[in-house]
Amino acid sequence: MKFSLRIASFSAPIIALAISFGLSSLILLFIGKDPIETFQIMFEYGIKGKSIVSIINRSIPLYISAIAVAVGFKMGLFNIGVEGQYLVGSIVAAFVGSQFTIITPLHILFIILIAVACSAMWAAIAGYLKVKKGIHEVISTIMLNYIGTGLISYSLTNVFDEKGSEYELPRTPELPETGQMPALNNLFRLEDLQDLHGFLFVAIIVGIFYYWLVWKTTLGFDLRITGSNPVAAKFSGINPNKLIVVAMVTSGGFAGLVGLGPLLGYFHRFTIDFPTGLGFAGIAVALLGRNHPFGMGVGALLFAFLERSSQILDLNDVPKEIERMLQAFILLIVVVFYEVIRRFIVKQQVKDASKKVET
Amino acid sequence: MNLAINTKNISKSYPGVLANSNVSVQIEKSSIHAIVGENGAGKSTLMKILYGMTKPDQGEIEVFNQSASMSSPKEAINLGIGMVHQHFMLAKNLTVLENIILGIDKPSIKNLGLKKYKKLIEEVMSTYSLDIDLDMFVEDLSVGEKQRVEIIKVLFRGAKILILDEPTAVLVPQEVNELFKNLNNLKQNSVTIIFISHKLDEVLEIADDISVMRAGELIDSVKNENVSKTELAEMMIGKSLPTPPPRSTETKQNKIIDIKSITSESVDGRKFFTDVSFSVFESEILGIAGVEGNGQKEVVESIIGIQNIESGEIFFNGENINNKTTRQRLESGISFIPEDRQLQAMIMDMNLTNNVIIGRQNIEKYKSNLATVKTKNAIKESENVISLFDVKTPNTNTLATALSGGNQQKFVVGRELEDNPSLLIASQPTRGIDIGAQSLIWEKLRQSRDNGLAVLLISADLEELIGLSDRIIVFYQGSTVKELSSDDVSPEDLGGYMTGLKK
Repeated sequence: MKFSLRIASFSAPIIALAISFGLSSLILLFIGKDPIETFQIMFEYGIKGKSIVSIINRSIPLYISAIAVAVGFKMGLFNIGVEGQYLVGSIVAAFVGSQFTIITPLHILFIILIAVACSAMWAAIAGYLKVKKGIHEVISTIMLNYIGTGLISYSLTNVFDEKGSEYELPRTPELPETGQMPALNNLFRLEDLQDLHGFLFVAIIVGIFYYWLVWKTTLGFDLRITGSNPVAAKFSGINPNKLIVVAMVTSGGFAGLVGLGPLLGYFHRFTIDFPTGLGFAGIAVALLGRNHPFGMGVGALLFAFLERSSQILDLNDVPKEIERMLQAFILLIVVVFYEVIRRFIVKQQVKDASKKVET
Repeated sequence: MNLAINTKNISKSYPGVLANSNVSVQIEKSSIHAIVGENGAGKSTLMKILYGMTKPDQGEIEVFNQSASMSSPKEAINLGIGMVHQHFMLAKNLTVLENIILGIDKPSIKNLGLKKYKKLIEEVMSTYSLDIDLDMFVEDLSVGEKQRVEIIKVLFRGAKILILDEPTAVLVPQEVNELFKNLNNLKQNSVTIIFISHKLDEVLEIADDISVMRAGELIDSVKNENVSKTELAEMMIGKSLPTPPPRSTETKQNKIIDIKSITSESVDGRKFFTDVSFSVFESEILGIAGVEGNGQKEVVESIIGIQNIESGEIFFNGENINNKTTRQRLESGISFIPEDRQLQAMIMDMNLTNNVIIGRQNIEKYKSNLATVKTKNAIKESENVISLFDVKTPNTNTLATALSGGNQQKFVVGRELEDNPSLLIASQPTRGIDIGAQSLIWEKLRQSRDNGLAVLLISADLEELIGLSDRIIVFYQGSTVKELSSDDVSPEDLGGYMTGLKK
């Protein structure tokens, strides 16, 4: 692609951001708040050292969740079930991981493998149902979300409730110290701040792995051509059924990592407060980042920044909901502008190609 | 002259598709005006423009001598233009009456007024001498009757100009006669009829004027009495008839593909094809003739393993390939040019480098030991195809959608031939592309055949089929009904076997 076209494709999210802030400003004006002041407070709060650590910690599971969703999107599969998949994987991994002690790296690796395997299997059910019974993955994954959260609530109160202990709280036993991931504060010389989750490294590796898998391997090629043109993919000898299952399992495998940042770095057990909604937020980040590993990274950081910085608003008498609206504006508008830019690029290429024909 | 429709220099282009260029056509009031041309000649685009379904890039349209600019079928209907599509738009679980008034009123909670409408519709029917039982359910009607419902529907909305898109394609001969009688009646009642077809006999029977389209251009408009069928065919196909040069090579004796009595049926028990057997020899082009929908498409798809077969055997280079997957078959030396390049052969929003790999993702040339794509080889191969097949493109990074139809097709043919297959299945290899690309593809197919390739050629273009093939087999109702040598067969003969008139 020519350099000018590359710039054009970057302009969509920037335009969307500008318009979204404009629209949110109008709403703030309408309710009698000063938009410039509001955004200033948010920004100042958001770039404090404490906030930055929190933003990075928040963005880790968001990013991985977006990648899980994006694997499906790339072949035209809508895995709405990342939510259920990561919760199921997290609770099983949290429980199994708490039952034994080995040296730290092996312990953590083992927990990761359990979570990935469980989530992948949970996602495989949807793949199986689509291939064998023709049930659309959106329906089955939504249903599996309900079933998954139901099973989790049941087992939290009936299976894992620390029988015999003093409290009988609905939670899994705590991970032994060998199963906890150390924070990165010492590495980056961050003193006096809260823990920077060590799972950051895993997220970065996942991003690189995702890029390699989708853009460099032949499996990724098959995923992408099936996503753009399933008919041509079939004529090229791809077995769509097999690929659907592979894609669902891969997507679910990534989903298994979503809950591990919070689990290994902070919670150390699965409780009723364990973060939910990350699977759905991942869909938004994947859309914003256009399934690209770099774009989704920026998207995850942006959403984490907005969430964190909006916490100061209540103290300043501005409704925090403005941040939710801002997120929604960005998403809606960016989707429109991606399409506008895409058409522009195609038009440009048609022009170049027809010039070639004339000469 | 009293004109119903007058277009001036209408042009329309789509990315990668040749549609209409400078089409000027005059359609006289109260006449039957046929528009003929091959598939992809631009007839449908012109009709879509006249019916307001798409806007021309440039040019003017006059309807009843008034300048008109339609941006929706609704506006076209208001101007008195109605269209009967090839595929009927009827709700089968409603009665004829309900279908006719469907969509006339805005949704509301007041009484439908069926009685009032019934009377009005009966008046229209008697004006134009069209007959149908308004209380029948549409699902109980024959195809011809359904078509009549569509015509009444359009007339009831006040159409004075009727566009019929390939109206006889779905009818049996008796129904065709009935339709023609009705159309003549309509003409007497000052309705103008635009009749789109590629069946020349029918056109000569019914039309007053005939316009011929080819490659997006209007070649000529002539009066029926001043033209013969041969002249029409020449205008339609152009002077680009392939003239087979005498073969310098001979067909070899060994069978590349050998098909032994294969049968396939759909889940509901409808037979796609029954007991089909044929073989293609090394260095031979075997043509398959047949009206669309007679099983030939399914047969070739079963050779590459996309269509299942219930019984019979397929041998490729002496080996039974019944249980091989599509990928295994492609990799063992079968190449396939599907009939729809944009839907089946290419990924339109990917560049040419990616498109050259399609169908060959797993061969060593493109797949490294780490299961990654060998991009360098893909770039080299796409450059190779571009230069050998004269594909006009800025570079290998251009998206497939940016190329014209002819260049897309040259790229697909090049990709398949450069893979050095021992069997090539070419389905409509030159449909809807410019003459330059067409003759290049013909030349390449011939060359490859001379070098030993076995080719299975499916084409609706009978001149192409006769010109290129060494032998031709004819499909009719899911079976092979005739085998012919291409040396002594005319399109008319072939047409006779294809329609079941000759046996």
